[in-house]
Amino acid sequence: MSQQQAKLPLDPHLKALENEAIHIFREVAAEFERPVMLYSVGKDSSVLLHLARKAFYPGNIPFPLLHINTGWKFDEMISFRDKMVSDFNLQLHSYTNPRGPEENITPFNHPRYTDIMKTEALRTALDAGKYDAAFGGARRDEEASRAKERIYSFRTSDHKWDPRNQRPELWSIYNGDIFKGESVRAFPLSNWTELDIWNYIKAEAIPVVPLYFAAEREYIERDDMIILAEDKRLELKPGEVKQKGSIRFRTLGCFPLTGGIKSQATTIDDIINEIQTATVSERQGRAIDKDQAGSMEIKKREGYF
Amino acid sequence: MSELASIKTETPQESTEVMEMSTDKIPLRFITCGSVDDGKSTLIGRLLWDTKVVPDDIAANSHAGRDSDNSELSLPDFANLLDGLQAEREQGITIDVAYRYFSTQKRSFIVADTPGHKQYTRNMATGASTADLAVLLVDARAGILEQTRRHLNIVSLMGIKQVILAINKIDLIDYNQERYDEIISEFNTLSKPLGFSSITTIPTSAINGENVVSQGSEALSWYEGPTLLEALELASKRSVQSIGFRLSVQRVSRPDETFRGYQGTVSGGSIKPGDEVIILPSGERANVSQILTFDLVRNAAVTGDAVTLVLDRQVDVSRGDMIISVGGQPETGYAFDSKLIVLNDNGLNADKRYWLKSASRRQKVRIQAEEVLDLNQGEWLASKDLSVNKIAKVRLKFDDIAFFDPYQSNRDTGSFILIDPDTNNTVAGGMITESVSNVTQLESTDMSVVVLPTHILRQLEQTDLFKENESLIKQLQFNPTDLTAT
Repeated sequence: MSQQQAKLPLDPHLKALENEAIHIFREVAAEFERPVMLYSVGKDSSVLLHLARKAFYPGNIPFPLLHINTGWKFDEMISFRDKMVSDFNLQLHSYTNPRGPEENITPFNHPRYTDIMKTEALRTALDAGKYDAAFGGARRDEEASRAKERIYSFRTSDHKWDPRNQRPELWSIYNGDIFKGESVRAFPLSNWTELDIWNYIKAEAIPVVPLYFAAEREYIERDDMIILAEDKRLELKPGEVKQKGSIRFRTLGCFPLTGGIKSQATTIDDIINEIQTATVSERQGRAIDKDQAGSMEIKKREGYF
Repeated sequence: MSELASIKTETPQESTEVMEMSTDKIPLRFITCGSVDDGKSTLIGRLLWDTKVVPDDIAANSHAGRDSDNSELSLPDFANLLDGLQAEREQGITIDVAYRYFSTQKRSFIVADTPGHKQYTRNMATGASTADLAVLLVDARAGILEQTRRHLNIVSLMGIKQVILAINKIDLIDYNQERYDEIISEFNTLSKPLGFSSITTIPTSAINGENVVSQGSEALSWYEGPTLLEALELASKRSVQSIGFRLSVQRVSRPDETFRGYQGTVSGGSIKPGDEVIILPSGERANVSQILTFDLVRNAAVTGDAVTLVLDRQVDVSRGDMIISVGGQPETGYAFDSKLIVLNDNGLNADKRYWLKSASRRQKVRIQAEEVLDLNQGEWLASKDLSVNKIAKVRLKFDDIAFFDPYQSNRDTGSFILIDPDTNNTVAGGMITESVSNVTQLESTDMSVVVLPTHILRQLEQTDLFKENESLIKQLQFNPTDLTAT
């Protein structure tokens, strides 16, 4: 058995969320020819991976994982990812859009960086793998347009989402019928909140990237964001100085675009406490959500997760 | 019943819906519904704001948009907290369901804010299908409209037993109690035949925050009942006391030659190792040898559990089959009566074969319209009109054997969707009311119906004659009502 030590029974609310997610995993795996799981290395992906292992136990996860690597992720994310792959014997494909290095597109110099290195990269990788279903760890409580999305989210053959014309989705009966070239994004964590994620990580002892926990780290402040200053590619602008302090990250993405928070939360219990008293939302530190009104919706319509 | 030749050995309970006090930690799921512009999104926005669950950065983002007096009060535009799509903010309407998650000291909630426009009824039905309770809004000035009636009927159809009627914008009729009572009286006439177990009526002003989380102003002192939040905190979770064990097989797990497990979610009853089960549709029997999960080998599985079952012998089981207990079986047959809501703009076509999906099973089906609900009179009228948004009683006709529970006994095994194979769209959502008597199915063929004591049937089953003709012998299930009919 996977976990020998006696474990407390899950809280019924978390148990219900777990059951729902497992049901969705099994349904997609049974109905689609080539599913893939988007693995972004963050806490939601950690939970998603854990649930996938549970859903197919005693078998292995019957589909590969796909990591869209922009090349600008936190170093700790990449080392954590590689450890997960070897610990759990996962089949993981990593894809980086070659336009990044070829055209020197970076988060610092290109206004369409996210479109090219994330959305375009994702579309290319999904097409290349001929995947007809892609699991993602998105939650409805993250953002207003995600609050509107179905658990099975239909995509056209060019990966477009039409939020005005979603299929009805009644009870837990999912319609996975698609024509060739079309696809479905499936979101087993739709009904989870940030707090549920942390309570579950605690209850199940799920490993997460250490950047979620507060520690003394070097950072700079730029555009009201706390940017981790560990990567050599970060060039300081005039007037910017490296500072040291106890910071952590509520979400993880590309290091130049993901703001940290000053925090003393070094344990999961601390984090849970901090979230319960927080007055700003989880994605507040994410620059990409804010470039224009309805920003996430626009990205999602173009194929972003 | 026990001496009748029926493979059903337990009498099903009538009306199996039971309410539990809200002692567990599972969130209450509710929807807001009603006609367009009754203030649903504003009400939920107000509820979230007054329970202090709106983060600062989200509130700051919600000021822009439609006309609102709230900017002067440094309050956000409440509807913008919910209407997350650009088109919604531009048009000032709700197009699709928004799901929100919030908690108070007493309990947690999942609210689905559903659209009022008739055009988006399919999205309202999406939200209603999983709800424990419905908050139905009425604009106090406009009263009960056609779409209010449609939503109320969909709520009833979906088996939601608790309704909170919020008579909103009460400030705009000068807190007039007479008008309030008038609307309630009209509502009571409408809701009477729909069988709700609990109806709470509340005069509210979502925009002013009256009777949402805080009490109303002095002008509302004639109202002594609970606020919306208080009523929600007191509401019950819906739970279903199922007739028997049900597990719809999602996939067969075969990691190696030695292991074969059937994966699915228990959607009724419970099971433990050693229990005898029947596989539908084959009718084969086996015993459960193991209930497997990632964490441990279980000594029981109950409703809601996602498990892997291992059986003690080789039986033919594939996706879409159902593993059930020997007692309290679902109804089997080639025709079922159901109610459905048409969700497709082009309506349903009686000449067409649709895919019916229920639990993990899919089958081709034809539909025959019997009656359509007249929303104004609240009456079922003979009609074949299956155009969009119609609520209809239809007969489902299958080529292959089908099996369901009535929706009121089991939501998972009594609900279905129809998929149009030409467009792949979900074109209807439906609920099984009953199987059409198997007896009438046989009338054109050369068969006889015999009623036998169970112990004689069991002996008969052991004979070669029976085994050789098994495919021809239909085992019927009788309800007490069937017997009085024959």
